[in-house]
Amino acid sequence: MRKKNGISNLYLVLVFAVLYAPILYLMFYSFNSGGTMHDFEGFTLDYYKEVFADTRLIIIVINTLVIALLSSTIATVIAVFGSLAIQSIRRSRVQNTLLSLNNVLIVSPDVIIGASFLILFTLVGVKLGFASVLISHVAFSIPIAVLMILPRLQEMSPTLIDAARDLGASRRDVLAKVILPFIRPGIFSGFFMALTYSLDDFAVTFFVTGSGYSTLAVEIYSRARQGVSLSINALSTLIFLFTVFLVVAYYISTRRGEKRKNGEPAARMGVPR
Amino acid sequence: MNGKSSGNARSLAYIPYYLWVALFVIAPVVLVVYYSLFDVDGNLTFSNYVDFFTPVYLKMTISSFWYAFLITLFSLLIAYPAAFLLTRTKHKQLWLLLIILPTWINLLLKTYAFIGIFGTYGPINALLGSIGFGEKQLLFTSGSFVFVSIYIFVPFMIMPIYNALEELNVSLTDAARDLGASGWITFRRVVFPLTLSGVKSGCISVFIPALSLFMITRLIAGNKVITLGTAIEQHFLVTQDWGMGSTVAVFLIVAMAVIMFLTGGSGKKGVRR
Amino acid sequence: MKSMSRVLILILAVSFALMFLANRLNSSQGYTSGNTLTIYNWGDYIDPELLDRFQEETGITVIYQTFDSNEAMLTKIEQGGTTFDVAVPSDYAIEKMREEDLLIPLDHDKIPNMANIDPKFLNLSFDPDNQYSMPYFWGTLGVVYNPNLTDLTFKSWADLWDPSLRNDILLTDGAREVIGTGLASLGYSLNETNEEHLQQALNKLNELSPNVKAIVGDEIKLLLANGEAAAGLVFSGDASEIMSENEELDYVVPEEGSNLYFDNMVVPKTAQNVDGAMQFINFMLDPEVNAQNTEYVGYSTPNDAALGLLPEDISGDERFYPPDSLTEQLEVYENLGKKMLVHYNELFLQFKMNGA
Repeated sequence: MRKKNGISNLYLVLVFAVLYAPILYLMFYSFNSGGTMHDFEGFTLDYYKEVFADTRLIIIVINTLVIALLSSTIATVIAVFGSLAIQSIRRSRVQNTLLSLNNVLIVSPDVIIGASFLILFTLVGVKLGFASVLISHVAFSIPIAVLMILPRLQEMSPTLIDAARDLGASRRDVLAKVILPFIRPGIFSGFFMALTYSLDDFAVTFFVTGSGYSTLAVEIYSRARQGVSLSINALSTLIFLFTVFLVVAYYISTRRGEKRKNGEPAARMGVPR
Repeated sequence: MNGKSSGNARSLAYIPYYLWVALFVIAPVVLVVYYSLFDVDGNLTFSNYVDFFTPVYLKMTISSFWYAFLITLFSLLIAYPAAFLLTRTKHKQLWLLLIILPTWINLLLKTYAFIGIFGTYGPINALLGSIGFGEKQLLFTSGSFVFVSIYIFVPFMIMPIYNALEELNVSLTDAARDLGASGWITFRRVVFPLTLSGVKSGCISVFIPALSLFMITRLIAGNKVITLGTAIEQHFLVTQDWGMGSTVAVFLIVAMAVIMFLTGGSGKKGVRR
Repeated sequence: MKSMSRVLILILAVSFALMFLANRLNSSQGYTSGNTLTIYNWGDYIDPELLDRFQEETGITVIYQTFDSNEAMLTKIEQGGTTFDVAVPSDYAIEKMREEDLLIPLDHDKIPNMANIDPKFLNLSFDPDNQYSMPYFWGTLGVVYNPNLTDLTFKSWADLWDPSLRNDILLTDGAREVIGTGLASLGYSLNETNEEHLQQALNKLNELSPNVKAIVGDEIKLLLANGEAAAGLVFSGDASEIMSENEELDYVVPEEGSNLYFDNMVVPKTAQNVDGAMQFINFMLDPEVNAQNTEYVGYSTPNDAALGLLPEDISGDERFYPPDSLTEQLEVYENLGKKMLVHYNELFLQFKMNGA
């Protein structure tokens, strides 16, 4: 058993190493006084100073975060009910049709989504800016969230719901006390995947934005012709470190909370047996 | 709409989702189909569809599907053991979050980092050189294209599989063991079938977007790999031939729907406990 | 369940706090005041100090929004819903915008600094009499090469076909540029529409395939500066970026001739502050301002008066300010019509598929 653990740990370490390699590479060169992503010349913090001096860039970062958080939250809520809607359909042909419709935005390249949303917004007369960007991000994040939530829902045995009903639970109670807790992991992965989609989106945001409203991805892509400067690397490093800090802090705080509540965290966290 | 509104509160909550389907899926699809019926000069014609069935586009279609298949297959092979091992670790939720975290750093920046890492004077070639393999061209090969694509998609595969494995009852595998099943048989007969819905949703959320990959076909593959996504991008942005671009998009949507119908239904049969 | 609603509330609270913060920052920068000017430009294509200076001098706050390709910018302006006051498209895009009636004519009386511009950069085919546009920067298409990796000098396009460059050149991902290279090497015009000549160019390019390592976009700068290939087909603006990163490299425009391109300032139809737009264009053409911007961006300036203020090592660099004998060989891309553009792209696609 010991030896197996060693091999499996090695595998995970390898996966993590590959996932983080490009990020570490970016972070490393953010300190390069040579100004490029090759040939490390000397250590400097100039690019970090540049970031803090650039108010426009800071506003863009905040915009990006607001859009990502709000759009993923809204998209996840809509997707939960969307998954319930898909699940509630009995006929498999109708269900497959709805599922195909759900996935249309995933298969469509961003340019098409962006262009058609732009046409849509100008037709309806939505002013391009915060609102149009938020709505678009919600729109393209919904399908991926549904894809993460739906399988959990499908695994749920109907007898569970029936049993709850028999015990006199209202529809609302069934949803809040039986269904939602069961699909919770799906909801969280849906949220995080939506966050990923939102943070990375360039093309759709580009088309539907206006009046000076911009997100980080749009800014980075439009800098490509002049060459992306290392201040963007520095900014990414800061964001990355901050996110790691948040994730770890959040995790520790929830563990503390659970420890207080049930006194036996190990069993809940699923220590290897 | 498809939902049978039985007039209760929950169907009311389905409304935002159906509204989304109508406004952000059906309307854009109608728009795309409409555009696909016009040629560059704005004449109503089927010529775009005729053009699609020429060797150039057929070759492109085949290569798109082939690469999407390869990417999905390898992502699954890498993600399944990773997800499995993750569920056995202490602090597994933290590790899972750390798997997603790299996806929040801008893709263009990470791709630039990969260009540096895979480059002739990059760390990988330095490593190969020091163990005596000599310099190899890694960039602009289909191998590096598949590698970076897998890098992008692996978290999307790990998430649903992890969730499915989490749900797996440990006592179930213990029971199988106690009944004398070997590790492999336990996996094949008990674990894998029970996580099939997660695998399916992972494969869908990798295969479908992989069909329309475009940016890294240029950045990492140097246009040595040409996919349908690249073609759409070209038609929409460079030649402004929205008709032909839309035609390719219509084809992608149809292909996706066919895949959904072929794989549909099996998820429901998956688990009954 | 409880934990989920707690997370929900937390996310909403954080979002609103951030929105408030962004709002405060925006108003501290004056972005929310009435007197603003929205500029639509390539990312990092202006010295930000100049925007502050313009604000000080005129009291107009500049909102700077960016795009990454002419075509994407065109789509945005065509569709409307935006209020850009000044945009900076390239030559062929200007011609298109002019034809589609997307521009407001410039009031030359309000742009006295137009006199600073070298007359050879005025009154060009894409905008006769500069009715709609003022030159911002210009450049050429040529070859960046690494003398450490090749002995060729690329005086002629034919050098690209040299067998010693097998799998060692990079091309810019543009149909007009690559097909144009084929045409130029055969002595044809870059604006060729003769089908037979185009096919000859494609055949000639297919012979180039073994030498092509990759066809890439903006990342070509990164790759060439890293020494990833011996030579690359690039615009002079990119070349100056590359050479500022790696001084060993050199840039040359082959003598058979090549493309001359412009990025000009225009005022789109959707502009809301037309007067401010004219003021801004005039401000950017001021010799001192223009010289400062040229040093920051590194592209070639069309502004004669500004050139006089720049140090000799910039203004005297013949690679970026070639003598008239070469400039006469250069051609500006003409708008060949949508059909021809599609055809160029089809040929380019065939070339790419052939190499794949």
